[in-house]
Amino acid sequence: MSSIKRIVLDVLKPHQPNALDFASAIADQNPGCHVKVTVTEIDEKTETTVVIIESDDIPYQTIVETITGLGASVHSIDEVEVGNLPPPERNSR
Amino acid sequence: MFDQLRFLLQLTRAHKIARRYFVTNGFDGALTILGLTMGFYASGGVDIPVAISACLGAAIALTVSGFASAYVSEAAEREQELKELEQALVHDLEDTAHGRAARLVPVLIGTVNGFAPFIMALLIITPLWLSEAGMALPLAPLEASIVVAFITLFLLGAFIGTVSHRFWLWSGLRTLLIGLLTAGIILIIGA
Repeated sequence: MSSIKRIVLDVLKPHQPNALDFASAIADQNPGCHVKVTVTEIDEKTETTVVIIESDDIPYQTIVETITGLGASVHSIDEVEVGNLPPPERNSR
Repeated sequence: MFDQLRFLLQLTRAHKIARRYFVTNGFDGALTILGLTMGFYASGGVDIPVAISACLGAAIALTVSGFASAYVSEAAEREQELKELEQALVHDLEDTAHGRAARLVPVLIGTVNGFAPFIMALLIITPLWLSEAGMALPLAPLEASIVVAFITLFLLGAFIGTVSHRFWLWSGLRTLLIGLLTAGIILIIGA
């Protein structure tokens, strides 16, 4: 079964929470995820950010819900890495 | 729950506003009750239960007024800010942390603004209660209340000084001086 290993999102967020709190909130709600937030543009009330998330199995829907719950919105998926793990070996008698 | 509350306060930077409201309305409360007790003192004194009722009545009125005024103004401000943010982000924020903060923060700030004068009033009228309960005080009850009011004003000033990174003693003495001036004016008018 395939799982998302790395995903790069284009996210528009308000100034608050700031990049540190924003990244921490995503990581807190999604244990095992490594989160990197880069602010690429700052407007009067918003910031455009690139959010890079890495994990063995990224729960994409939960990530999106966390991001929207913080008042931000996912504009696009800019990059994604998906892996297909072999099925677990069965013990043969 | 407290983590969520702390997060929402951080999100809106409301802790600074709440602190400002606490000092402002706490100062109002302390000075109002000082005014009442000074008035009773200048008029030659009244029965302690009457003084307690009058001070408590004023404290409750200040609490309700403080809560209502802060809630109404903060709710309007937060709603406006939320609408502006929604326009900038081009999506609805009602179910987000910002939406929750816009609903919760006015209640929190209203509570702080309302209870600040109430707490100050309770502190100041404590000697009246203690006297009524039969406890012996080193001063007459009204005088003891006036002294507690001066101490409360000094402590509020010292708190402001600590928050603003100024010398707390000077800041405390400044608010104490305001209290002394108020008391002086009441004494002159009431004499």
